Order: sequence, then structure tokens, then C-alpha cells
Amino acid sequence: MLTITSAIRDEIVAHAKRDHPDEACGIVAGPEGSDRAERLVPMINAAGSPTFYEFDSGELLALYKQMWANDEEPVVIYHSHTSTEAYPSRTDIGLASEPGAHYVLVSTREHGNSAGPVEFRSYRIIDGQVTEEEVHVTEAEPAAHQGAVADDPAHQHNQQNESE
Amino acid sequence: MAIEVRIPTILRTYTGGEKSVEASGATLTALIDDLEGKHPGIKDRLIENGDLRRFVNLYVNDEDVRFTGGLETGLSDGDQVVVLPAVAGG
Repeated sequence: MLTITSAIRDEIVAHAKRDHPDEACGIVAGPEGSDRAERLVPMINAAGSPTFYEFDSGELLALYKQMWANDEEPVVIYHSHTSTEAYPSRTDIGLASEPGAHYVLVSTREHGNSAGPVEFRSYRIIDGQVTEEEVHVTEAEPAAHQGAVADDPAHQHNQQNESE
Repeated sequence: MAIEVRIPTILRTYTGGEKSVEASGATLTALIDDLEGKHPGIKDRLIENGDLRRFVNLYVNDEDVRFTGGLETGLSDGDQVVVLPAVAGG
């Protein structure tokens, strides 16, 4: 099951609508081993295509180095389909290379750049096997970021407990 | 000559779970052959028909080797090599 906040889900949907009819792509990073989708990183689709997406290789390296420095991993890897359903294509399955990630597919085929509901679905893709999973949307923000609560000793204490 | 090679999650089955391993070689080709000797099977995941696989990115000191001479890119002691599968799909 993927657990994601409504705020991050809405940003992913907005990104997909904005980039329609090209495919939009990005990740949500989270602390290693936590399965918490916390930090949204929209990426540029270097392919600039309605049928393909690829992170730019230089931006990909910068992204991973940032995650390694933060002890993060890609919890969600998302992209949009702009004329087909939100289900992994054969290419998606063949190129999926993060067995620990939730692969989120959004389809903008119904409403394009306009307002309106979109399909938002999540999958595990491991060794060419696709397994759809439930998406649990929460209203709560993920754990407060350091800095935002740095002046409050009580919060600091809580945060330390959480990270242990 | 020790060169650190950062291994992505999907290839750690070849390195006993290690995130980074050491290897040596004066060029990437030599380095990958050395890696293959220590972690059999890994070369085939990087190379296809003698060339770097289309959806595998290799970086030497943060430079994508597609812009620095590909597999003939020269290496020196202390260089850092990163392997990252492309994040791509259709």
C-alpha cells in the first residue's frame, strides 16, 4: 500500500496537468527504509514527449547525490500517461529499476490541462512483475521539518524521538 | 589503483548487498572487466554488444561518460564512478 498526503498527491496531479500533452515525471523521496513519501521532486522530462519520459542524466545524478547525502531513497517514482490509462506500459515495466519504489501512474487523458478528476494509481514493479496496490491518502502533513520547529524545544524533543 | 564504484540498488544482488565496491582499471572498459571478475554477471547489466546500455548511466567524477569518451574514458586513482539506471519509461 502507498500512503501519501493529499498535498503531495495534488501536486503530482497538478504537475501532470501542467505538462500535458507531454508526460510529466518526478519522484517523492523519503528517509531510507521509512516508506514515507515526504519530499516531492518534480523532474523535467528530458524526452519532452507524449509517449516517453526520461530524467536528464545530469539531473538524475544530482538528485541521487542529494538523496544519499540526506539518507533518503526514492519512495515514489511517478509519471503521467497522456492518452492511455494509468497502468504501466511495457516500456515502463522493462525499465523499472527501483524494486523498493512505489510506481505511481497518473492519466490525464480525460481532462488534459483542465480541471477534473484524474486516475492516480500505484504499483510495485519487480522483475517484470506488476502488482497494483491500494493508495491511502492522508490529510496530515508528514513529520515537521527541522528548522520550522527549531525554536521550540518540545518539538525538537519529539523529532529526536521519531528519528531514533 | 583503487576506484570507488557506487552500485545502484538493483545491481546489489551482484555485490552481496554492498552500496559501493572498489575496482581498478586505466579505462572504464578495464574497470568493468575487473568488476566482472569480482562480481560475475554485473558486466552484462552494464554492457550490450560492446557498448554501454542505453538505459544505464555511468559517471566519472560527476561527468556522464557519454560526454567524456564513453567506455574509453580514462581513470586515475581516487576517481569516483557512479552507476545509475535511467529513470525512464513510456
